[in-house]
Amino acid sequence: MDFNLTEDRRMLSDSLNRYLGDKYPVEHRNRVAYDLPCHDPEKWDEIAELGALFALAPEEAGGFGGGGFDISVVFEALGRALCPEPVLGAAMAARILTKLGTDQEALLSGATKYAVALAEVDAPYDLSEMACTASASGDGHALSGRKTSVYGGQVADVFIVAAMLDGAPALFAVQAGDAEVVGYPMMDGGGAAELLLDGTPGKLLAADAGAIVQDAINAGIVALCAEAVGAMDVTHATTVDYLKQRKQFGVPIGKFQVLQHRAVDMLTEIEQARSITIKAAAELDGPDAARFASMAKNMIGRAARLVAEEAIQMHGGIAMTWEYPVSHYAKRLVMLDAQLGDTDYHLSRIMADLAA
Amino acid sequence: MDLSFTKEELAFRDEVRSYLADNLPERISDAVRRGGELTKEMMEEWHAILQRKGWLATIWPKEYGGPGWTPVQKHIFEEECCRAYAPRIVPFGLSMLGPVLIRFGTEEQKAEILPRILDGTDWWCQGYSEPGAGSDLASLKTRAVRDGDEWVINGQKTWTTLGQHANKIFCLCRTDPDAKQQEGISFILVDLDTPGIEMRPIKLIEGGHEVNEVFFTDVRVPYGNLVGEENKGWTIAKYLLTHERTGIAGVGFSMQSLEEVKALARKVKRGGKRLIDDPLFAARIAQAEVDLEAMKITNLRMLFRAQEMGAPGPETSILKIKGTVIHQELKDLARRALGPVAAPFPGYLAEGNIMFGPDGTEHNAARYFNNRKTSIFGGSNEIQRNILSKAALEL
Ligand SMILES: Cc1cc2nc3c(=O)[nH]c(=O)nc-3n(C[C@H](O)[C@H](O)[C@H](O)COP(=O)(O)OP(=O)(O)OC[C@H]3O[C@@H](n4cnc5c(N)ncnc54)[C@H](O)[C@@H]3O)c2cc1C
Repeated sequence: MDFNLTEDRRMLSDSLNRYLGDKYPVEHRNRVAYDLPCHDPEKWDEIAELGALFALAPEEAGGFGGGGFDISVVFEALGRALCPEPVLGAAMAARILTKLGTDQEALLSGATKYAVALAEVDAPYDLSEMACTASASGDGHALSGRKTSVYGGQVADVFIVAAMLDGAPALFAVQAGDAEVVGYPMMDGGGAAELLLDGTPGKLLAADAGAIVQDAINAGIVALCAEAVGAMDVTHATTVDYLKQRKQFGVPIGKFQVLQHRAVDMLTEIEQARSITIKAAAELDGPDAARFASMAKNMIGRAARLVAEEAIQMHGGIAMTWEYPVSHYAKRLVMLDAQLGDTDYHLSRIMADLAA
Repeated sequence: MDLSFTKEELAFRDEVRSYLADNLPERISDAVRRGGELTKEMMEEWHAILQRKGWLATIWPKEYGGPGWTPVQKHIFEEECCRAYAPRIVPFGLSMLGPVLIRFGTEEQKAEILPRILDGTDWWCQGYSEPGAGSDLASLKTRAVRDGDEWVINGQKTWTTLGQHANKIFCLCRTDPDAKQQEGISFILVDLDTPGIEMRPIKLIEGGHEVNEVFFTDVRVPYGNLVGEENKGWTIAKYLLTHERTGIAGVGFSMQSLEEVKALARKVKRGGKRLIDDPLFAARIAQAEVDLEAMKITNLRMLFRAQEMGAPGPETSILKIKGTVIHQELKDLARRALGPVAAPFPGYLAEGNIMFGPDGTEHNAARYFNNRKTSIFGGSNEIQRNILSKAALEL
């Protein structure tokens, strides 16, 4: 057993953390994150040059990673910096293209931005209920329906879209220019889009793609959980620091035992969250990947909310302000629960396993 | 024991209900329902509508223009206002300064200031907190020095809610730096048009503008703007913080939020079923409903005790702690129910015709974040626990 990162991953982690700390500080992040396009093309290119995207695919697919821990290393760094760049779409798309053996040079270099469109307004989490459909049309297929909250969709060049084809989920590539894309910034920063399909041409990537979609979701969950762990670490460290600095009643507020205990409870939850994320990353290519992904997402949903709310409360008014970074970390931590299945949804999946 | 309202109280409830139905403009209740920021005009208009009926200064004695209600009537009124989606009364003049002047002000101050609060001429804001003095309010540093028949004020206040609409501010200032902390503070009224005052907005977590910081540089106001005795401002501050406040538990707002969450969970679809048919989500709502049902009674019990004892005891801190937690939980559910659809930054797609969640839910995430404030301000929930453990448990 070994809980250390490999040398390569450690180096990637260090260089990403250093780069984001220098070039993507939270003031810059807030300028980018809340207005369209919620994307800084120059920084995106530099993040890609550092290898953050190449790390998302295995060697045989042109990358140098592709495993659960490669994904978690990249996203933990992104989470620490609260980076709003659309890397999640790249991570999930890389998983899909790797499984299909499709060339992904343009994805890994950052030249082409991908977004993966799964959720729908009436079926945000459980995709077996999705209503988007595809049908054969000429040489290709035509897609109809609406995909919601497509993360990174506001700047995507290509969408990988899940739609029902002959009663089974299938995956299609849709060019951004062929569809109606309505982009917007989100409450927690970063952009997304509604993808409105109406007989929109799509290239069939895989029919009967349930397993491939699930794998992409598992990888996306590892990414989100690692992002949350990174963001929770920073939030907690900032809070502890504040407890030491802020004086009321003539003493640092960190002298109040009630706050000490709660800071410790936050730490406990973060360590638990880190552990389950490691487990989900370790199992990503195993037979029970979905189960451990669900466990991780369930726990992150709970831990991240606790950390966000406690960080604000223990700061007092200051963390209620836009100017103070913790408020933005808190928003991200709470809102990522609604990506790729919330804490209840994943609990219900684990409950279903119990009954099986 | 009898939990029902008397015949008179029920008649009063019906009277309030029908007045609200006839007089609260839909334009305003709709804005409240949607949860965005209300305009100054809307708040002023609503105050004027209540004042027409004599129902604005609900906690003032009759001789000063209050309606002379019992605590139960005030409770009923607040509950009905929530039910109708009326705006909250802006509390600074009506619930804070008004009662302070009635108790501590001179006859001239009362005669001059109270009518202007009632008719909306003045909009007051509260200058208590400072960057260095939050929970430890008595450590405040804003200095007022007497110079002949004037005060000269220097310092900074912060978190001034709705100060951008105000023309007046009441301040706690240090007037004797050598006395013990609590004994050197005075309560002074300041006209915000006085030279030397600068107000800057503070943007909150969800992007809204409801608080400000206020800077004072050699601000000169008449000595007569002092309320009560010099260096006795702390007594006033404490009076203001502990005097009867029926609304502290926010039960009406939680009832409103509970109904919203239920309606939302019936509308939202999760894979062919309604969200309310998901047992995990239904359990969250049910749990909150149990807590709220108990809180309604806890609230009334404490109201009655306050009525019997003549003043609220430290147990009212229970109302603040549990009341805010229940309300915050309901705001969490309202956001959670929408799933990813809660994410768009409100207002961004106002021009488009894309609908996200059900109509009127676009601020749900913003309201959840904004409402984290309720366990921080007005004495944080930690400070409330300190009060309880000292005063109620004698620990
Ligand atoms: C949205 C908003 C509106 C506001 N409006 C107004 C207004 O209009 N006018 C006004 O004057 N003020 C206003 N306030 C200020 C508010 O009253 C203060 O934020 C509050 O008193 C807490 O002070 P603080 O923010 O400085 O936090 P701090 O006092 O620094 O507290 C930080 C943390 O330490 C905890 N803590 C402090 N002391 C103790 C202790 N002894 N034991 C255990 N824990 C402790 C607190 O509970 C909190 O968790 C507003 C605040 C907000 C957020």
